[in-house]
Formats: sequence, C-alpha cells, structure tokens
Amino acid sequence: MLEIRNLHAGVEGKKILKGIELVIRPGEVHAVMGPNGSGKSTLAQVLAGREGYEITAGEVIYKGKNLLEMDPEVRAREGVFLAFQYPVEIPGVNSTYFLKAALNEVRKHQGLPELDAIEFLAVVKQKMQLLELNQDLLRRSVNEGFSGGEKKRNEIFQMAVLEPKLAILDETDSGLDIDALRIVASGVNKLKRADTAQLLITHYQRLLNYIVPDYVHVLFDGRIVRSGDRKLALELEEKGYDWLIKEEAQPA
Amino acid sequence: MHSNIDFMIQAPQTRQATEANPYLESFESFEKDASVRTPSWVFPIRKAGIARFAELGFPTLQNEDWRFTNVAPVRKLPFKPVFEYSRDGVTKQRLNALAFAGLKAHRLVFINGHYSEEFSSTFPERTGVRITSLARALITDSALIERHLASYASDEKNAFAALNTAFFQDGAFLFVPIDTTVEEPIHLLFVSTANEAGATSHPRNLIIAEKGSRLTVLETYASLSQGPYFTNAVTELVVGEGAVVEHCKFQDESMDAFHIATIHAHLGGHSNFTAHSMAMGARLSRNDIRTALKGEGAECVLNGLYVTKGDQLADHHMVVEHAKARCNSHEYFNGILDGRSRGVFHGRILVQPEAQKTDAKQTNKNLLLTDGASIDTKPQLEIYADDVKCTHGATIGQLNEESIFYLRARGIGLDTARTILIHAFAGEIIERIKCKAAREELDNLVWDRLEQNPQIAQKH
Ligand SMILES: Nc1ncnc2c1ncn2[C@@H]1O[C@H](COP(=O)(O)OP(=O)(O)OP(=O)(O)O)[C@@H](O)[C@H]1O
Ligand SMILES: [Mg+2]
Repeated sequence: MLEIRNLHAGVEGKKILKGIELVIRPGEVHAVMGPNGSGKSTLAQVLAGREGYEITAGEVIYKGKNLLEMDPEVRAREGVFLAFQYPVEIPGVNSTYFLKAALNEVRKHQGLPELDAIEFLAVVKQKMQLLELNQDLLRRSVNEGFSGGEKKRNEIFQMAVLEPKLAILDETDSGLDIDALRIVASGVNKLKRADTAQLLITHYQRLLNYIVPDYVHVLFDGRIVRSGDRKLALELEEKGYDWLIKEEAQPA
Repeated sequence: MHSNIDFMIQAPQTRQATEANPYLESFESFEKDASVRTPSWVFPIRKAGIARFAELGFPTLQNEDWRFTNVAPVRKLPFKPVFEYSRDGVTKQRLNALAFAGLKAHRLVFINGHYSEEFSSTFPERTGVRITSLARALITDSALIERHLASYASDEKNAFAALNTAFFQDGAFLFVPIDTTVEEPIHLLFVSTANEAGATSHPRNLIIAEKGSRLTVLETYASLSQGPYFTNAVTELVVGEGAVVEHCKFQDESMDAFHIATIHAHLGGHSNFTAHSMAMGARLSRNDIRTALKGEGAECVLNGLYVTKGDQLADHHMVVEHAKARCNSHEYFNGILDGRSRGVFHGRILVQPEAQKTDAKQTNKNLLLTDGASIDTKPQLEIYADDVKCTHGATIGQLNEESIFYLRARGIGLDTARTILIHAFAGEIIERIKCKAAREELDNLVWDRLEQNPQIAQKH
C-alpha cells in the first residue's frame, strides 16, 4: 500500500528526514516512536503533502502511484488521512459544513454519489456514537475553542466519517485522558479493515496496549534505526531511547 | 489646532470657487423650479447647502479626512443631476434580481433618486407609522420634517452632504411613533439606470424612531446599468430614547460608478443603534458614518465589510461621538481586497468631557489577496474624559496557510479552501446582522460573488 524509499526531506536547507525506508501493507498497523525532534511529524506532513518541505531524494509509492506528485487534496481523496498533532482552529467555518464538503469531495473522487444533508447527518450520527462525541461540537466552528482532548477526538471522528485507506495518526494519544484514550483507541480499532492500514506516531507504549501494532519503528535523527514487533515498544518504555542511540553510535 | 483647520479650509478656496461653478449654475436653474420650493422653509436650507459647498469645494488629498481618497475623478465628471422621474426600462423582473428585492418587507423603490410608486409596496402598519417618500412627506408632514431635516447631517465640513442638501429631491421618510414596533423590515431600494457619465442622484433619507420604538431598515444601492454615474446619498437617523434601530446598507453599485454616502445618527439615552455597511460595488465609494451618542447609556454597533477587486476603492470614515456617560460603541470592520484594489478605514472616537464610563472598541481586519491590493487604516482617539475604556486594533494579512492545508488535507481543493476561508472572514461581519432574512441573503450573495471572482484562486 505504501512504500517509502530513501526519503530525504528538510526545510530551508535544514535536513530533517535522512533516508526513511518503510513499507506498509494493507491490513497492517505500524507504530513509529522516537525522541522529540527526530522527524516524526515531518514524515507525517510530507506524506500528507504539506508545502514548504523540500524533498531532496527518494520516493513514496502509494497504491502504485507516486504520492509526492499529488496535491494534498488528491492524496486525501485517494484515501490518505492525517490526524494532526496540532489541529488548527478555523473560526467561521462550521464543522458540519466542512466535513460534509470534505466527504463529498472524497466520494466524488471515488465515483460515488454525493450525500445530501439528511444522508450526511445519518452518517454523522452513527460515527459520533462510535467516538462518544458531543454533538454540540459539530455546531461550532472547526476546532474553535475545543479542548485539547476534544480536538484529538474530533480528528478521529473525521477519520471515521472519511474512511481513509491509510490513516496517519500523529500523537493522537497525547492530551487524552484515560477514558478518552480507550474510546479513541476502540474507535480506531473498529475502523480497521483488511484493506486499510494505520501508521501511529506516539511517545507512549500505553496506546499500543489498546491498538496493537504489527510493527514498531524507532525514528532517530531522520532515520528509522530499529524495527521490531510490539516488544520493542515495551523495551523502549523500560530503557528509554538511550540504549538504542548508544548502540546506533557503535558501528555494528 | 483650530487655526490649522481654518487654514485648510481657506487655502483651496479661491481655486475651488471656479470649480464649483457648474454646481452653482445648476443650482440657480434648479431653484427656479417651483416644485423644489415647497414647502417654503426648505429653500433656505438648500441655499445654505450650496453656499457651504461653494465654500468647501471638493476635498483634496491635503484634507486630513480625505488623505487616502482622491475624489478628482468625481470632480471631473460632468454634473448632470437627474431631475425627472422616468421608468427607464425598469421592470418588476429586473428589480427582483437585485439583492433583498425578494425579501418580505415594506419596499420603497427609487429610480435615479426619484420615488417610484409603481414599483413600491407597503402594507398596513400600526397607526402613526409613516413609510413614504420624502418629497410627499414634505407636503403632508411638513412641520414634523422641518423639526429634523438637516439638523443632524451636519455639513459643516462635509462638502458632499452640503451638495446633497442643495440638490436632494427625494428619498425615504420613515417615522415610527412612541413605543411602536414596525414588524417587517423596511427596504429602501435605490436603483440606477444611468448610462450617462456624471448622471447624479442625491437621495435623502430621514428616519425618525421615537422613544421606545423598534425598526429595521435595509438600504440598498444597485444598478441596472454600467455608466460612471454618481450617487451622493445622505441618511439622517434620529433614534429616540430606548429605541432599537438596525440599519443595514448594502452598496452594490455598478463597477464604474461613484458612490458617496453620509449616514448621521443621533442617539438618545439607552437607545440601541446598529449600522451595517457592506460595500461591494462602485469604482470609488466612501461612507461617512457619524454617530452621536447624545443620551446616557446609548449603545451603537458599527459593523462593516468591504469586498473589492480590480481598481476599486472603498473608504469608510467613522466618527463616533460619545457626548454622555455610560455609552458603548463597538466598531467591527473587515476588508477583503483583491486585484489592485484599495481600502481605507478611518475610525475616529471622540469622547467628550461629560462622557465618563465610556466603553469604545474598534477593530479593523484586512485580508489582502494579492500583492497589489492595499489598505490604509487609521484609528484616531480623542479623549477628554478620564474614566474611559477605549481599545482599537487593526490587522492586515493573508489567508492562513495552515488553515488552507488543513482543509486540503481533508480533500477540499485549493480554490474551494480559499473561498471557504475568505467567506468565513466575511461571515464574522455578516453574522452580526440581526434581521435573519437579510443576513442569510447577504451570506449567500457574498459566497456567490467570491466563487465568481476568478482572482481568488490565483495566488497560492
Ligand atoms: N517548518 C519547519 N521549519 C523549521 N524547522 C522545522 C520545521 N518543521 C520541523 N522542523 C524541525 O525539524 C525537526 C523535526 O521536527 P518534527 O516536528 O518532525 O519532530 P517530531 O519527531 O514530530 O517531534 P515531537 O515528538 O516533539 O512531536 C525539529 O528540530 C523541528 O524543529
Ligand atoms: Mg511531532
């Protein structure tokens, strides 16, 4: 589904990603961990098509196509979804209006008929239950005045409505209380299908108790320095990143 | 400081005495027309108006109040007041295509400044309410009008208001007696059909809301033609003690037209006045909005939006005078400027010594969609009382890149994302319109205009 080969990217001459290699197949859940500033969000943003990052080498193939050549909206319509680490507040843009417009863009792209207001509301009702989200939030402007946790939950709610093929969750767990974490995780699990994949960026092994990853990768200084199964996450929790970094420093 | 101002008025005088000539000549023939002389008390007012105009002349860029707006193109127009009513190809159908024309409201239609009975329609309201043409009311309600006309729109320093006083022929007269509510909005529709350069109309509206009354007025200026005509409007409002008045002006003139309008509102104690000013049309437009808070506890909201493109210029010049204690004034103006268009915002807040516990707020936010667009924004606070809360702020910026990316990352195309954000910026202003039907119509209208505007999508 997604193949990242030797991806190098940076901003204004600053190198951030320095040769990422990652392959994600349908049905898989991958977790990416790594210290602050190692480039996790940059990877997520580059995959979603954020402008301002220079891609200096490498390629990203998504469903057989060159992902890096697509506009961000085309990526989204093709099923790439990024749950933002810091969702932006957009005053004056009604949440319901925004999400309906987004869903209909995705549907149009997939050759499906657009939903009218009533059909859309039915979808929304169902997905809100999934995330136990307060319906009031949808009457407000996008993310405006939402609490940190509400913003994160709202990202996953959007994911539930848009039903992406590849979901990238950038620290969706940070800022969630224990109950919210459980709700969000169970929501994410319910959205998992044989033909979809998930890339979770997180600092905490706790999330991985709820969403069990098939693979865990450690990103350090712009490269994946170690991959393993979920045991790697437990090991990191116990020992921190230091031992890995030290091992990394010693030539094998 | 005073001598300074005197000097400014004096300096251009000799030059402009000659420039004003066509206006003086025109006035001489105009005054011979018997119809404009009735009732007789009007004539000295007109005469004073033309004298004032002759003295002031057209403002120049040296005039502090006109520093950013050059009215030379207006001055250079041939002066051709439209003296007669003519239907001029207007049909019900063509009118219906204009903003607010389909809205349930009392409707007074004016064609090139003249009342059109055939296209106007009102329905019965409570006793004493007057919704009629000023020219007619001058005959039927002469004494009442005499007490008010030209006593609020001070033309001391306003040459255009003076010109209007000299030449006005018609406009609306609205009167709401004590403790009376006019249920439906009153829509004043000013339509221009003029193709001729310099065809000029001087609409004059007088709106009196007595103590404890309630009233909503929609004032629209629209065009069925393209010519460089000139609208020079004056609206005087008297908002009585405890009265609640909402006034929504929508300026949608032809893109070649010149539009200059003065709104003077006089607010009694504990009254509540909201003035919306939406400027979308005209090559050059200027709105002078002057609100005098003359009774304790009065409140006013001045809420405006200008959306310009091409070579348009939209100028808003506000003076809020806090004359008495415990009054609030809030000004919110947003501008969306495209192409090489220009915006001007000048907000003067004057707090008189008596006006303790004044709360005055002013914000002006601007969205520049191109590098060629520009805005001159200038707050001016003059405070002569000591217990006062006055704030002002202005911003000038582009669309937020992060917001655009967020929308795109959900599948919304770049053009639509930009339109959504611009619309949201306009929405901040539009949502303050209390009259629901007008608010919804304007919201749709702004959205449609933004979608039609090809330039919006151009800049990344
Ligand atoms: N637009 C930018 N301009 C300048 N520096 C940037 C930009 N984006 C990222 N960086 C830098 O690149 C590095 C990687 O940032 P990134 O946000 O990808 O880290 P992260 O792994 O997500 O960290 P965290 O765990 O704190 O979220 C940081 O040093 C950051 O300051
Ligand atoms: Mg990050």
